Amino acid sequence: MNNPNFDLLMFARGPLFDFALLVFVAGVLIRVVEILVLGRKKDFSKAKGKPVQQGIKTIFTRTLPRPGAIKANPITIVGGYVFHIGFFIAFLLFVPHIALIEELTGLSWPGVGRVIIESSTVLAVIAGLALLYTRWRDPVRRKLTTWVDYLVLVLSLLPLITGYVAVNKLFGDPTFMMALHILSVDILMIVFPFTKLMHAFTFAMARYYNGSIQGRKGAES
Amino acid sequence: MPSSPLLPKLMKAHGVSRRSFLKYCASLTSLMALPPAMAPRVAYALETAPRPSVIWLSFQECTGCTEAITRSSAPSLEELIFDAISLDYHHTLQAASGAAAEHAREAAMKEHWGKYLVIVDGSIPLDEPGYSAIAGISNLDMLKETAEGAAAIVSVGTCAAYGGLPQANPNPTGAGAVSDIIKDKPIINVPGCPPIPMVMTAVLAHYLTFGIPDLDELGRPKAFFAESIHDRCYRRPFYDKGLFAEGFDDEGARAGWCLYKLGCKGPTTKSVCATVKWNDGTSFPIEAGHGCLGCTEPDFWDNGGFYKPLSAPAGNYRRVGQAAVIAGVAAGAGGAYLARKGKADALANHETVDAFTLEKEEKES
Amino acid sequence: MNATCERGVNALREQIDAPVASFFSSCVSCGLCADACIFFQETQDPQYTPIRKVELLRRVWENEYTLFGRLKSMAGLGNKITDEDFTDAERLVYDSCTMCGRCSMVCPVGNDITLMIRKMREGMSAAGHAPVELIGAAKRHTKGNSPMGDLSKAIQAQVKHASAETGIEIEFDKPGVDYLVILSAQEIAEYPEVIGAMAKIFKKAGVTWTISLEAFEATNVGIQIGNRDVAKYLVTRVVEAAERLGVKKVISPECGHAYQAMRWEGPNLIGREYDFEVVHIIELLDQLRAEGKLKTSGKDSDKITFHDPCQINRRGGINKEPRRLLNMVAENFVETDDAGTMNWCCSAGGGVGANERAADLKNAAFQLKKRQFEKVAPDKIVTMCAFCHHTLENALEDNDMDIEVAGLTEMMAEYLVDED
Repeated sequence: MNNPNFDLLMFARGPLFDFALLVFVAGVLIRVVEILVLGRKKDFSKAKGKPVQQGIKTIFTRTLPRPGAIKANPITIVGGYVFHIGFFIAFLLFVPHIALIEELTGLSWPGVGRVIIESSTVLAVIAGLALLYTRWRDPVRRKLTTWVDYLVLVLSLLPLITGYVAVNKLFGDPTFMMALHILSVDILMIVFPFTKLMHAFTFAMARYYNGSIQGRKGAES
Repeated sequence: MPSSPLLPKLMKAHGVSRRSFLKYCASLTSLMALPPAMAPRVAYALETAPRPSVIWLSFQECTGCTEAITRSSAPSLEELIFDAISLDYHHTLQAASGAAAEHAREAAMKEHWGKYLVIVDGSIPLDEPGYSAIAGISNLDMLKETAEGAAAIVSVGTCAAYGGLPQANPNPTGAGAVSDIIKDKPIINVPGCPPIPMVMTAVLAHYLTFGIPDLDELGRPKAFFAESIHDRCYRRPFYDKGLFAEGFDDEGARAGWCLYKLGCKGPTTKSVCATVKWNDGTSFPIEAGHGCLGCTEPDFWDNGGFYKPLSAPAGNYRRVGQAAVIAGVAAGAGGAYLARKGKADALANHETVDAFTLEKEEKES
Repeated sequence: MNATCERGVNALREQIDAPVASFFSSCVSCGLCADACIFFQETQDPQYTPIRKVELLRRVWENEYTLFGRLKSMAGLGNKITDEDFTDAERLVYDSCTMCGRCSMVCPVGNDITLMIRKMREGMSAAGHAPVELIGAAKRHTKGNSPMGDLSKAIQAQVKHASAETGIEIEFDKPGVDYLVILSAQEIAEYPEVIGAMAKIFKKAGVTWTISLEAFEATNVGIQIGNRDVAKYLVTRVVEAAERLGVKKVISPECGHAYQAMRWEGPNLIGREYDFEVVHIIELLDQLRAEGKLKTSGKDSDKITFHDPCQINRRGGINKEPRRLLNMVAENFVETDDAGTMNWCCSAGGGVGANERAADLKNAAFQLKKRQFEKVAPDKIVTMCAFCHHTLENALEDNDMDIEVAGLTEMMAEYLVDED
């Protein structure tokens, strides 16, 4: 006799995770290599500022919004922060996740307790729903948004929701919910290289280029 | 075979007072998740129920289940429950052997046709029935034959319930569970490697008093298999606080922190180990410093390794990861070649523009 | 060869590099660039969201520079770019973008959208979709010596006039001097006072300089159209004149895009480093100030505010210099909201001013500037770009606002110490 929930969990942890890992790692590498090989032409203009330094600096400074921006786009900016920070706390500081990363990479670090993980998860989900709402309601974002953008946002929320449900045994068989949780992560990994989720890697390049272009001129970035 | 109640007599023989018998009934009642008011009824039923005939079949097993249920440091009430049944066949316990033993089984079956209870421990080889046989009868034949006249079957231990260790990869005997073979009889699964003795006897007590208990989708009595070990584990507060042992002899382990990272399967394992415990409520594996192996769940031998955290991937991820890097770099190089070629072609195809060729032809005319 | 759609697509192909690929890979469609855009701010029309304006470039990138895009095209899912696509983009790429660069400053993932507009214009112009007025200016500049046609006579007259007024001799094409001054057509035609102003300041500071009759025009309509061949042709004239005269530096005048063309794009257009350096006039004045060679006396008591030209401050890095200079001569200097790096465009940069089709958009955009000026209520607006100067002057008049506009160089010359 089999436990179908366990079988699903083992499928999600086993072959599907392997497949997802393959698609994720290979896909991200393809995308990154593809960008980098395009290169850029040597700039013959005499630099006034320090392009390389400013490029690196901009990777970090661009994390903060310009003054006044929050007032104009509160949901997008505050929601964006809460979603990202909440997502990464839940992802990187929950010990079972650290155990996963340790298994894959050998790297490990201390985690935090359930109160922090679960409040981060809840806040991230609320923020994600708010982002979904503003995408749907705000004319600018509505016009920019493709079905893939909606899909990606929903897929990013699923691991948070299923993880919360599984750990707290809100409903469903906990093993089944755990399987759904890992399944949702597998799916997220599979769609990752094909969608705007790639920004998680390429934002650093984009910010670097922006900073170095402006830095060469001695302009702010 | 006597069919009149024996228990009161036996209690007297073993020096068990009525007071401790009633206490036992109360704890059985609570264990079976029945309202406390039912305790007298349990006691009454146990005292008055006729002793059913029980045929215990042992197939591909290690005798651990039998050991667990019979081994007690002192005569216990669990043992008495055993005495409340008429164990007519158990090839480990009975004195008779060979053909004589089989005659006992056949006789019991004949006498109690349709009413006897079959308890099975061990799995049944299906690839080649000859892998395991008793007195020249294959396990498969014996199970089918014996089950035919049974009132119900109790699969004791994970091997009988789900296939267990014999079924673990690569399953050389094609081992199957009782429920894989018998489809037309009520089957109660009491998994565990071994099951908690108290749970085994409680299930028997329930069968004797109220019949077949409420079962979950895996055929387990809900009273004992509804909650996960993790939910009732005394180390759970450490999990919630994010405090985890990293090794079996580190600070965390000594301080009694959560064993999740050491591979504990408590979160996905349903059993009452953490509350009922073992050896008369002395301890249970996690309390002894070892993570739960998940032995009450199907395929627990193959569920990703005993010492691997539940959240860790269970597949061939290392080789897959390496393959992914190679594939990514190779495909990336291919894509890079195409992209660079595209750009080079575009630059080669560049037509120099001047102020007088900024317009389309139709605009010129 | 005349413009064709295929030539345009090819030009877009040529423009895609690692920065562009990283920008498109990173965009999460958050829409924050919209609020940075003066045209979106004043129209609230979502089509003016900056990242949408470079959609064609994104399509070329996806279809031709990504493996997945290529697979999609092979499966028949990629959509080919047509001439209609270019037509549809005209209003977005030319009419509703001054390449002011605000969007590039706010993008959370760091996309330089302005750079991509510049690249989009390469495709647009090669496909024959540049605004007719700009094409006309390019023709005039190619045939003559300025986008306004032949200004040889005008420049000679203006220089003669400045000489007479200041009593300083200004020699054309004088070899061996340190600096070559180039001017924007706007200055020659509308604000020639700057010539005399420079003459006075340079004389005091002991700066040797000349103007070349071969190449006195600083503006480069090729940059605004977004065509590197045209831009290269025009910038080469100045480079050749400067190298022939052997000057150490070329002074980029009070003109926004000319500064971009001369200092930042020029060397890349000709594919080598210059034999000379390029400085902006305001950078030079600030340097003279620091060296004690620029001294002023007295201050303007008017309430003065400063308008930052996008290409010189935000996209050019000259931010503190004009403020240091202005504080020397202005008693009552007040900043508008967002002044400095995040200043709003005058509403007509990047070729929008010359583009008749964009007149309504330009007027709409100016309303933002108008509100900012009304809040400060200055007597005078000082700037360091002749085209901003021109735009503000006209727009203020159209909006019945009685505020004087002045160039910073001119203003500095006005308060130059008299005694030797």
